Amino acid sequence: MPHDGHDHTDPPDDLALRVKALESLLVEKGLVDPAALDVIIDTYENKVGPRNGAQVVARAWTDPKYKQLLLTDATAAIAELNYVGRQGEHMVCVENTKDVHNLVVCTLCSCYPWPVLGLPPSWYKSAPYRSRAVSDPRGVLKEFGTELDEDVEIRVWDSTSEVRYLVLPEKPDGAENMPEDALTNLVTRNSMIGVEKASAPGTGGAL
Amino acid sequence: MTVPNPFDLQPKDSEGLVFREPWEAQAFALAVSLHQSGLFAWDEWAAALAEEIKSAQQAGDPDLGNTYYTHWLRALEKMVARKAAVKGECIAERAEEWRDAYLQTPHGEAVELVRK
Repeated sequence: MPHDGHDHTDPPDDLALRVKALESLLVEKGLVDPAALDVIIDTYENKVGPRNGAQVVARAWTDPKYKQLLLTDATAAIAELNYVGRQGEHMVCVENTKDVHNLVVCTLCSCYPWPVLGLPPSWYKSAPYRSRAVSDPRGVLKEFGTELDEDVEIRVWDSTSEVRYLVLPEKPDGAENMPEDALTNLVTRNSMIGVEKASAPGTGGAL
Repeated sequence: MTVPNPFDLQPKDSEGLVFREPWEAQAFALAVSLHQSGLFAWDEWAAALAEEIKSAQQAGDPDLGNTYYTHWLRALEKMVARKAAVKGECIAERAEEWRDAYLQTPHGEAVELVRK
């Protein structure tokens, strides 16, 4: 693409150059394969992503046996749908009910169940969310437009490098007779972090 | 004027870009790849990253999520220095070589590193 007569390419900024530098050094040492990097990014962004988590939730909504497994051994339940990954090895699933609402955070850094939820949104990684999810969960939920009755208990789960949490949102009213693949559209990433509820049928839903 | 993107896979989600810039995704993938090939355990990495974030906060970084991959990269550079003997000076020197390569490559062509 022609531009202002200079026969060069504008270099990226310093951090990008450092990443490029690091990558090329590691490739030369045989420690990294550039094609493998592309596969990793593709996997986390396109194949993994929140759709995997939505499928897990939709299955649990329609199959009581699967739900039982998910709540007792989430790692195995998720592996059953072939979603396994190095950051999601030990998963715990916590169920929202009319009396209990669960919220997931990582106060230490930003541990996140990548294989089922893709890459973490930037608010999840921010210091305000990390601290306020613990000190003022009701206020945080309100900012996401999630109003809960006063008598609903909020449980906050702090992720670690060993344990990752997935929220099983409540199945919304009106979704009783929907098939599993239609249900996945109601399961947003945010509902699986616990900052929102699953979308009501007919409201557009996830993505 | 547009800069050709060396990495054109900017991941998105329902709220926009998850990575703000391609280098963030690349840095992410580097760490996952090195872990997969056994250079370090994942919890070792989590600890190094947490440590890096903590010291950045102590140095006054408000840590609103937008500097996350800066910390990630810094932690990764230290890890690689320890585990793979790739020193910070080498990275800085290589970064300058890349800068020269960009400057010497006609716009629109693939940028390649030419070793002197």
